Amino acid sequence: MGEDTDTRKINHSFLRDHSYVTEADIISTVEFNHTGELLATGDKGGRVVIFQREPESKNAPHSQGEYDVYSTFQSHEPEFDYLKSLEIEEKINKIKWLPQQNAAHSLLSTNDKTIKLWKITERDKRPEGYNLKDEEGKLKDLSTVTSLQVPVLKPMDLMVEVSPRRIFANGHTYHINSISVNSDCETYMSADDLRINLWHLAVTDRSFNIVDIKPANMEDLTEVITASEFHPHHCNLFVYSSSKGSLRLCDMRAAALCDKHSKLFEEPEDPSSRSFFSEIISSVSDVKFSHSGRYMLTRDYLTVKVWDLNMEARPIETYQVHDYLRSKLCSLYENDCIFDKFECAWNGSDSVIMTGAYNNFFRMFDRNSKRDVTLEASRESSKPRAVLKPRRVCIGGKRRRDDISVDSLDFAKKILHTAWHPAENIIAIAATNNLYIFQDKVNSDMH
Amino acid sequence: MLSKGLKRKREEEEEEEEEKEALEVDAWWLDPGHPAVTQAPPNVASSSLFDLSVLKLHHSLRQSEPDLRHLVLVVNTLRRIQASMAPTVTLPPVPSPPLVPSVADNLLASSDTILSASMASLLEDLSQIEGLSQAPQPLADESPPGRPIGGAPPSLGALDLLGPATGCLLDDGLEGLFEDIDTSMYDSELWVPASEGLKPGPEDGPGKEGAPELDEAELDYLMDVLVGTQALERPPEQGR
Repeated sequence: MGEDTDTRKINHSFLRDHSYVTEADIISTVEFNHTGELLATGDKGGRVVIFQREPESKNAPHSQGEYDVYSTFQSHEPEFDYLKSLEIEEKINKIKWLPQQNAAHSLLSTNDKTIKLWKITERDKRPEGYNLKDEEGKLKDLSTVTSLQVPVLKPMDLMVEVSPRRIFANGHTYHINSISVNSDCETYMSADDLRINLWHLAVTDRSFNIVDIKPANMEDLTEVITASEFHPHHCNLFVYSSSKGSLRLCDMRAAALCDKHSKLFEEPEDPSSRSFFSEIISSVSDVKFSHSGRYMLTRDYLTVKVWDLNMEARPIETYQVHDYLRSKLCSLYENDCIFDKFECAWNGSDSVIMTGAYNNFFRMFDRNSKRDVTLEASRESSKPRAVLKPRRVCIGGKRRRDDISVDSLDFAKKILHTAWHPAENIIAIAATNNLYIFQDKVNSDMH
Repeated sequence: MLSKGLKRKREEEEEEEEEKEALEVDAWWLDPGHPAVTQAPPNVASSSLFDLSVLKLHHSLRQSEPDLRHLVLVVNTLRRIQASMAPTVTLPPVPSPPLVPSVADNLLASSDTILSASMASLLEDLSQIEGLSQAPQPLADESPPGRPIGGAPPSLGALDLLGPATGCLLDDGLEGLFEDIDTSMYDSELWVPASEGLKPGPEDGPGKEGAPELDEAELDYLMDVLVGTQALERPPEQGR
């Protein structure tokens, strides 16, 4: 795959020995829009940066469909809740695009507490030839005006304007972990640790609570909601995952409060691999419906699993992301890495799945051929336009030349956020404060 | 729909029931052939993991707004570890005098109740935030510093525990958290090297048999961390 690296303008220089990472620049979410023309990233500083794919042109054959910065805006600011004496982080947890319905683009962005609807419009013309104003906007001396003219629209440099259209606040007591737009394009849901709310995109002063797992006695709390998503086609269905590794499919037609799931997807614990950390590593960090709507993809600490909506007993496919960490769980618990939340993604045809790992590695699994590959997103290991070299982690025994040993993995370099273009083989990888966009020039084969 | 956690009652007379509950847990970790167990001597692994988990719990509780997922996972793990530690001391092969198990069990059980009380208090406080918090209640009296294990008296109010502006209060409150428990098991004998033998008495802790294998420098470090004089080193946080 070729590489097209984008450098954040605010990024500080990347030194070999110490990578200075400004906290605010750490990318916290990545999302393509429905056509793949736009790619949005959110960061810890509350900013959203949108990239647009340049149309392929014969004039510049090298810039075939590369992504350039389209717009940057401050979505969320740090807030202080005076009533509860709590600071609310401005970090963007999730961005979701709305399907495009007119010339403007819209997206939802959320931090821990507040969701905002942003409208992105382009202005590439401006009126010229006013009767009363001159070019700079000053009023003309009326004695010099001898005839009437009709102002005409003349082309101008493209200006992208972003404005907040709705602010959905005060809906959540706990931290929002996911948002999902319904296929009806009118409603969306937001989920925090204990509750899921349903909103109408046009109504900001109320939302409907559709899931509430808060126990009557908080002493009994043993499970939280970790992710949720609407079904891509059935507007009444949604799924949410829990910290205990279960998935619940709910039908909004069944009841107003969907506390009773329609289906519960849970894999029984494997007795041979039980440990103190079994529950932590089973906690689902991300759930995604396939484009077809027939499957779900989940990510827990060590694996990605594909579930068939028609089978609740166990996943139909399980892929090991980094099983070599299984013997290191104690250390990973100690340094809190075991709590890292990795995302997962489907490709457009649901044949390949992708997820991130440590050491700036990310993994892809081909569901048909059962082949998998480990790739690295870093400037040091790949030059622009070079083909990415598959990496290997060796546990012990025979070590090949370019292998990395488990003990030299850098656990500070984690790829938590990844996204796949809805139709083409283009992926976006967020490595701390860097965004990598990889394109597959070859038609279909995975390397 | 949601599986409820084991509800621990706070009364002392319930301790025996809890001990039975703990003993009924599937003791897979005691199987010497089990891969997870063979990684480390179970006693060492359990007690240091226990301490680590308690540290994590307190660190989590100190946040102005604790990450619920992290908190719940740590607490559940702590309960698993705790459940595994209780039956260990009652095993015949373990060369500890019969006096130890009952004391250890009582300590574990009471620490568990206090842990639960601490958790319950915090989570209750969190839920009270929704409907506006109540008036803060007086903190418990300070105890001598350096108690490594804590429990919160139920009277800790929401504002005391969760407000960042009350940081100094929290420090005092942290001492108050340690007040109720008999921490004599942590006083010295637990960390005694093997040469001094396994003495009976209240000073012995459940992890005693494995303690001599811990490096002394490591123990000192752990103690300092528990006392709070040394900050835990962590990689920079990336989100929750």
